[in-house]
Amino acid sequence: MSVIKKLVSLLRGSVREIGESVVDANATRIYEQEILDAKSSIDQAKHELAGVMAKEIQTARAMERLQAEILRYESLAVEALNKGQESLAEEVAGKVAELDREHTEQTNAHAAFAVQVGKLQALIKNAEAKIREHEREISVARTTESVYRATSSISDNIASTGSRLSTARESLERIKKRHEDLADRMTAADSLDKEFGHRALEEKLNAAGIGDNADRQRKIMARIRTRAEGGTTPRAGDEPAA
Amino acid sequence: MKTLQQQLRGIDHVISSTLGGLAVQLQPIPGDVPVVQVSIAERDELPIFITCSDAQILCMCFLWTEAEIRPEGRTRLLETLLDLNPSVPLSSFGRVGDRFVLFGALSRDSRVEDIAADVAALSDNALDALDALSEFLN
Repeated sequence: MSVIKKLVSLLRGSVREIGESVVDANATRIYEQEILDAKSSIDQAKHELAGVMAKEIQTARAMERLQAEILRYESLAVEALNKGQESLAEEVAGKVAELDREHTEQTNAHAAFAVQVGKLQALIKNAEAKIREHEREISVARTTESVYRATSSISDNIASTGSRLSTARESLERIKKRHEDLADRMTAADSLDKEFGHRALEEKLNAAGIGDNADRQRKIMARIRTRAEGGTTPRAGDEPAA
Repeated sequence: MKTLQQQLRGIDHVISSTLGGLAVQLQPIPGDVPVVQVSIAERDELPIFITCSDAQILCMCFLWTEAEIRPEGRTRLLETLLDLNPSVPLSSFGRVGDRFVLFGALSRDSRVEDIAADVAALSDNALDALDALSEFLN
């Protein structure tokens, strides 16, 4: 059964079991052993493959050599016939027959080696696929177990420290509130800054004798003097506009 | 193979600088598999948990539980999560037991910078996803 199929059926059952064993320890050990076996059979097959491929090349070379010899001897036989040396031609034909038999042998051997090379290559490919598959299965199983165990540690930790996971909405509200508070504080700081900046400017203007407040005292004194002289009594609002 | 803690050395600073200087705290979680909790200031409610197996490093953020989903919108929520999966960079939606998670998986030999980038993206994505999908929750 594929590991994901197994996971799917486990997920339908109890969550607790998932942290325990997606693939039981025994199966994991079997997979690990199979991975080791596959790796060693790959090593062996590769070693064998090198030998067989060498033989394949050797037989191919022998076939070429024999073919050349056959052609050479056949030409010699033709020459002998042309010179009327019938029995010599016969003898050469015998040699060619021997070479031809050897050639057939080498051809058969070569074909057999080629088949063996193909088989070994397929064997290596299969073993490699098996390793990849088992490694993936073990990896999925271990990862799943690890995630579920981590989650259960986190839950236990939250429970043991007495802090409760609040609901998502509550968390969101709190985070938003904090951001709003921060934004409000920044706005307040901003306006405070502006106000203080404003006052500082006013004070500078006063000190320089410029603006509304600069000659307030002088104007009031002038009003008092006018009253003291018994002239008309201007009300406070009648003072000259600054 | 390095232990998870060795591999995460200094990740708090890298995450912090990725997130514009937010304070980041690391805390190992006791248990039979290695887990490290990453808490990010101003987002303490959404910590990221980093764990590993032989094959991968997994960064997870718990979003909500099965019980929090409004039953009438459940199918639509699940479909939305499937639709979102290919579009959200680095993070995917999943479920562990009855907990919905956003997670990012990395190769076991990832550099600390890569893990930090994944954690930062995960934190941003989780916050964004929670905001976008809260209509499906109680």
